[in-house]
Amino acid sequence: MDLKELYQEIILDHGKNPRNLKKSDNFNKDAKGHNPLCGDKVHVFLKVDEKNKISDIAFEGSGCAISMASASIMTELMKEKKEIEVKELVDDFLEMIKQNPELKSKILEDNEKTKLMSLSGVKKYPMRVKCATMAWHTLTAAMKNSNDETNTEKFD
Amino acid sequence: MNIDNIKKQFPIFDNKVQNNDLVYLDSANSSQKPQVVVDRIYDFYTKEFSNVGRSVHYLAVAATNLYENTRVLVQKYINAKDPNEIVFTKGATEAINLVANTFGQKFLNEGDEILLTELEHHSNYVPWHYLRKSRGIKINFAEINSDGEITLESIEKNINPKTKMIAITHLSNVTGAILPIKEITKLAHSKNIPILIDGCQGAPHLKLDMQDIDCDFYAISCHKMYGPTGLGILYAKKKWLDILPPYQGGGGMIREVKKEGITFGDLPNKYEAGTMATAQVIAFGESIKFLNNIGIKNIEHHESELTKYGEEVLRKNNSVKLIGNPKNKGSVLSFTLDGIHAHDIATILDEDGVAIRAGHHCCQILHDKLGLQATARASLGVYNTKDDIDKLNESINKCKKIFDK
Ligand SMILES: Cc1ncc(COP(=O)(O)O)c(C=O)c1O
Repeated sequence: MDLKELYQEIILDHGKNPRNLKKSDNFNKDAKGHNPLCGDKVHVFLKVDEKNKISDIAFEGSGCAISMASASIMTELMKEKKEIEVKELVDDFLEMIKQNPELKSKILEDNEKTKLMSLSGVKKYPMRVKCATMAWHTLTAAMKNSNDETNTEKFD
Repeated sequence: MNIDNIKKQFPIFDNKVQNNDLVYLDSANSSQKPQVVVDRIYDFYTKEFSNVGRSVHYLAVAATNLYENTRVLVQKYINAKDPNEIVFTKGATEAINLVANTFGQKFLNEGDEILLTELEHHSNYVPWHYLRKSRGIKINFAEINSDGEITLESIEKNINPKTKMIAITHLSNVTGAILPIKEITKLAHSKNIPILIDGCQGAPHLKLDMQDIDCDFYAISCHKMYGPTGLGILYAKKKWLDILPPYQGGGGMIREVKKEGITFGDLPNKYEAGTMATAQVIAFGESIKFLNNIGIKNIEHHESELTKYGEEVLRKNNSVKLIGNPKNKGSVLSFTLDGIHAHDIATILDEDGVAIRAGHHCCQILHDKLGLQATARASLGVYNTKDDIDKLNESINKCKKIFDK
């Protein structure tokens, strides 16, 4: 039962065919993330306009179905979001993945929420939570254009 | 050899894991513990506990004797010449650090070279890496062949007049390749080079004879040998332990301590500073007796048959790709599945109680060489059966079902 929740069709779909998986050459911010425990890697590219809005987002990387799906869904949801919204969504997602039963943010449409909630199955798999959160931590670093590689071991 | 009887000696199998019977296929990571080992720890703490080597009271003397008994059991088990050639450490990792550190201090200088292989576990690379900075040494890696083996030739090719130490694994924890360590030792010695064997994966599965192999150093991990965690063993020829400097300083390893200076104690105390993992050492004596009771030759035979069966079953499964194909192979089955990441495999298998490891298994150099980010690994121990392999295969098929939707 739990496995079906973890590997929902939407996750398998995004895991196999990640959206926005490409190296963007038109970006002005980026950051790399790494999970040293399993070797998964992600590189997030952003084009942030003068109003601090993400006008384009892409990622490169390889990893398990959960990490690829999470990065893929994240890039879909973050397009056209303002910096302050990005922060709210990242925090909301991280809390949902760890403890909250639902997303609290009002920023997302219902269908977007459903899509993001599909990742909530990892809650029951503590060893896999970092697979789902890596891209999101890396996005935060990218907004700051951080040169330090984001390392999942630095976060709870 | 009756596996049912052997399995019954491991209490972990009496309990369900998340409502499943445990199919434990992660012994290369760490083995389960037989009841005698668990009991020995309990008995020591409840009836016999005292610190070793410090006090003259009854319990202290008894504890010291028990501790030293294990040293002799280990000596005999690996056929070392002298019990003083057995040094207890906190793990194989510390055993290798001990050698890299002390040998580096005494014998390595700018431009000297160490020869490792691409199969090495991080614990037989990182300790040597420190010497790049501190001593200005260079590290070379003998290359694997397409079967994931290290041959005598690939070692020979990489030896040059600057090579001052060869440090290689006995048995790869990823490809399962068993290295020809006796021949490599002979080759090293013919060029006056000492050799360290990382025996973590060899010691639990293969008959060991230090005098026959003739290596200079052999590192053992007790928790992979049906023994407690927090304990490892460094076997080193006495001639090395006599001339190398101490590793850590502290109580127990000294002879005389004055404000002006210190003299160090004799072997084996010289390398065992501070209070050691006493209970673990004493309990490890039971692991050795457990292995002796079954007989390492019987274990080798059982595991080798099971490995062959595992290879056969997994080869028939078309979506499985086995990593490495060594002719002389230990009980490690590493594999990938097309389009399914090793972590997803491990999570799905876990749901059926099948415990495997997924990742780079502390061998990033090897995974880079193979062009793989991660592999799944099933590794066997004395308690495994064909049934475990069949369950592994069934769960692998379940992975495919989930992902092929
Ligand atoms: C080949 C090899 N070398 C070294 C080690 C480290 O041993 P220990 O855990 O005793 O430090 C391991 C175990 O993970 C290993 O498999």
